[in-house]
Amino acid sequence: MEHELIVNVLLTIATASTPLLIAAMGELVVERSGVLNLGVEGMMVIGAVCGFGGAALSGNPWVGVLAGISGGVLASLLFGVLTLSIATNQVATGLSLTLLGLGLSGLLGESFVGQAGVKLSAVDMGPLTEIPYVGRFLFGQDPIFYLSLLLVACVSWFLFRTRAGLVLRAVGDSHDSAHALGLSVVKIRYAAVAFGGACAGLAGAHLSLVYTTQWVENMTAGRGWIALALVVFASWRPWRVLAGAYLFGGVTIGQLHAQAFGVAVPSQLLSALPYLATIVVLVLISRNKRLTILNTPACLGRPFVPNR
Amino acid sequence: MKKSLLGLAALAMLSVGPAQAADKFKACFVYVGSKTDGGWTQAHDIGRMEVETALGETVETAFVENVAEGPDAERAIERFARSGCKMIFTTSFGFMDPTIKVAERFPDVLFEHATGYKNAANVTSYNSRFYEGRYILGQIAAKVSEKGVAGYIASFPIPEVVQGINAFVLGAQSVNPDFKLKVVWVNTWFDAGKEADAAKALADQGVDILTQHTDSTGPMQVAAERGIKAFGQASDMIAAGPETQLTAILDTWGPYYIKRIQAAMDGSWESTSTWDGLAEGILDMAPYTNMPDDVKAMAEATEAAIISGELKPFTGPIKKQDGSDWLADGEAADDGTLLGLGFFVEGVDGELPN
Amino acid sequence: MALELVKRPSPSRLFAALSPFIAFALTLLAGALLFKIQGVPPLAGLYTYFVEPLTETWSLHELAIKAAPLILIAVGLAVCFLSNNWNIGAEGQFILGGIFGSALPVLYPELSNNTTLPVMLLMGAAGGALFGLIPAFLKVKFNANEILTSLMLVYVAQLLLDWLVRGPWRNPAGFGFPQTRAFDELARLPAIDNMAGRAHWGIAFALIAALALWWLLRSTRSGFEIRVIGASPRAGAFAGFSSKRLTLFAFALSGGLAGLAGIVEVSGTIGQLQPSISPGYGFTAIIVAFLGRLNPAGIVAAGTVLALTYLGGEAAQMSLGLSDKAVRVFQGLLLFFVLATDTLIHYQLRRSGDTHGA
Repeated sequence: MEHELIVNVLLTIATASTPLLIAAMGELVVERSGVLNLGVEGMMVIGAVCGFGGAALSGNPWVGVLAGISGGVLASLLFGVLTLSIATNQVATGLSLTLLGLGLSGLLGESFVGQAGVKLSAVDMGPLTEIPYVGRFLFGQDPIFYLSLLLVACVSWFLFRTRAGLVLRAVGDSHDSAHALGLSVVKIRYAAVAFGGACAGLAGAHLSLVYTTQWVENMTAGRGWIALALVVFASWRPWRVLAGAYLFGGVTIGQLHAQAFGVAVPSQLLSALPYLATIVVLVLISRNKRLTILNTPACLGRPFVPNR
Repeated sequence: MKKSLLGLAALAMLSVGPAQAADKFKACFVYVGSKTDGGWTQAHDIGRMEVETALGETVETAFVENVAEGPDAERAIERFARSGCKMIFTTSFGFMDPTIKVAERFPDVLFEHATGYKNAANVTSYNSRFYEGRYILGQIAAKVSEKGVAGYIASFPIPEVVQGINAFVLGAQSVNPDFKLKVVWVNTWFDAGKEADAAKALADQGVDILTQHTDSTGPMQVAAERGIKAFGQASDMIAAGPETQLTAILDTWGPYYIKRIQAAMDGSWESTSTWDGLAEGILDMAPYTNMPDDVKAMAEATEAAIISGELKPFTGPIKKQDGSDWLADGEAADDGTLLGLGFFVEGVDGELPN
Repeated sequence: MALELVKRPSPSRLFAALSPFIAFALTLLAGALLFKIQGVPPLAGLYTYFVEPLTETWSLHELAIKAAPLILIAVGLAVCFLSNNWNIGAEGQFILGGIFGSALPVLYPELSNNTTLPVMLLMGAAGGALFGLIPAFLKVKFNANEILTSLMLVYVAQLLLDWLVRGPWRNPAGFGFPQTRAFDELARLPAIDNMAGRAHWGIAFALIAALALWWLLRSTRSGFEIRVIGASPRAGAFAGFSSKRLTLFAFALSGGLAGLAGIVEVSGTIGQLQPSISPGYGFTAIIVAFLGRLNPAGIVAAGTVLALTYLGGEAAQMSLGLSDKAVRVFQGLLLFFVLATDTLIHYQLRRSGDTHGA
């Protein structure tokens, strides 16, 4: 019974953390290329509505996953055209994208409200899930959970172990030098922005296909913002995003359990804990100034137009 | 360019004009959420549409959604008052003071504010005794639960929610005096993910019945996955849990809206404070399902007793959570106390914030 | 034959003047299309959206009410953004301003006198400034990124306000509902012209703040420091300017203005504290600041335009039945057009391969 409870809590934390992790992973790549896209919330909510719609209309959750990803990519390309091709201000464009995404998803989803959705069910690895303690956590979760872990490993490998990753980081650190070296800054950034959109869309689809199988307006409820904060929290390092997402998810779920156990603390204080915890941990890990600066993309948020 | 803009404006003026037929009675609704939120606001909007169906050609309705409680509310209400609305329904507690302020400036417009406590010559307040339904839920929970403990997902510690929690516990204890209730506050009315998280936390801690005073179907889905039972809120959530939902409290504002608009049209409208219940049909119970016949019979009997006035949920003896006496044997709580209810009764597991 | 951007040698005066009109024309087109899809007569829709709110006195007052906090906050944010301080937590500073400023009328209503209002305004600004200094302090002392800390503190501020109005500061005579007592007249920011509409002196504060920003940037040493450090922190360091001091200054200033906006909203528009005192002003103001190109006149214009889109959106919902989602899509499109056409001020479009000109 005790261990049952612990496993259940861990599973709940994993579900709560997965969309944060995926969206943050995408934004990390975007920011590593020197682009600040504050529109994560907007892309995510579009991913959620497309994911729900794709799955509900086709009856196949994987169509939903693809639709969610595509929706996120399309939204991110809108941002890309504006910020990369015509060099608009990235902060304002990103915020406007959030506004647009919330409205557009509401319009698209008007007919989905109240409909029963299609759930992306957990993988079934048969006897492996029976292993005490770790079985269900390691072998009995939804496919997007495994995808999220794979994503962290791949992004980390890509950024720090491949030439393409080096190129991407170079573009983020100094677009002028990268351009002088003959790299196509704008194309590389387009690719990064689209990847970020795909991740945000996938995170949104997770919300409407796994987290809760339904579409409701504004169902991201600020999770896109948390994902943005996690990238900074992780000082642009993939494995730290994983830690941050699970820290945030863990404290969020933990406070609900504390309440159910009857802990006598104002619920508002408990609700504020995830945010406060994130700040405290960030302060602790940021004290090494040299390391932090090393990892911060130097060109973050600055528009680039080739100067010939 | 300037010229064409002016042209546009002139054209637009022509087409805006006094398009509405002058003799229609215009009733307007201010919503705090989206009209398709599947809960609170949707229930009001269904009421509005019932008005259109029932009163047909004689009435015209308009609405505005997602009006934030705060500085924007007064403007939205005032715009309606200026645009020819003869009657304005403001459907959230936070609209109370803005409604009163606008009503002062527009003495010829009639206002109806939901769930507040302030009135004026042209402002009526109306509310629903949701807690009557909660009492029935509590009784069903105590019968159906094997573990004798239910989980309650609560939004904010306002009297309406506290009434609901207390009524649920009183109903449950009328069946099983040892019944326990775990309460989790999520500090939101509507966040499907967070509500689902709370539902999972409660299920993990061993409750086998869930009830909620938040508006999404998130908890119902979790209950369905975990194979436990749950109650719907505000609207029928049976689609989210065909084998899970025992019943649901339905907000049925339509009959009230029709009655009040008709009264305004024939001149018999008066300012009052209305606090209707099951008897008047301002709330209703969804079909009792997924439970044994004897439990269903009990629920129906309780519902009938509340409607006839024979049973009042808040009737003594009732002790407060700390063990002190609240109501003596046979004593019924007065509405004034209930409207400001700020404490739990015995049997609730958890602190009432503040 | 792809098009590409080429930087102009100097910003184009022509396009600086013209770009708002081009954006507006594009918006009209897109809006007409959107309204058509939504089944609303396009011309009536555009009229209701952009013109109707400007045709009546009361509505102009409402415009001033809505624009005032946006401008006040954006003016402060401009100083932050110009100096490379990423304060995205103005929403939280706004709320803390509301809380600090309300302490006096909520806790000591019996002390009410002629100094109440000025004290409230000062305390509101102080509250916002102190809250703004938290991320600034964490940045200069511990090197903690201000984007994260200022954003996270928004949620903390919202929950703090929620706790106060449901708990210790709740109106004892309010039936347990989450509101403080209503402020008395001496604690209310008065209306400019009570007979004509609701607008209070908040809009005056906003315009004064914009003027002060113009003066600060143009004629003071701080303004010079802001511009130098903003353009190049290294150059600033060589010139002996302290970027740490500037960070503290920028956050205190923008926090203070956001806090002032908060107490102005509470004492002028609402008249009491309640769980929600801002429909996202702190975030919208970020758009206003950038849309206004971080300069005072631009911010006043952008704040007014954005306020108009909210009012117009409401009007279109109420009189034409346009859905509020369509309103938000329209708002997003409008912002995109404005941002896109603004590019033409600094860049020109050219076919690639064409090397003439520039």
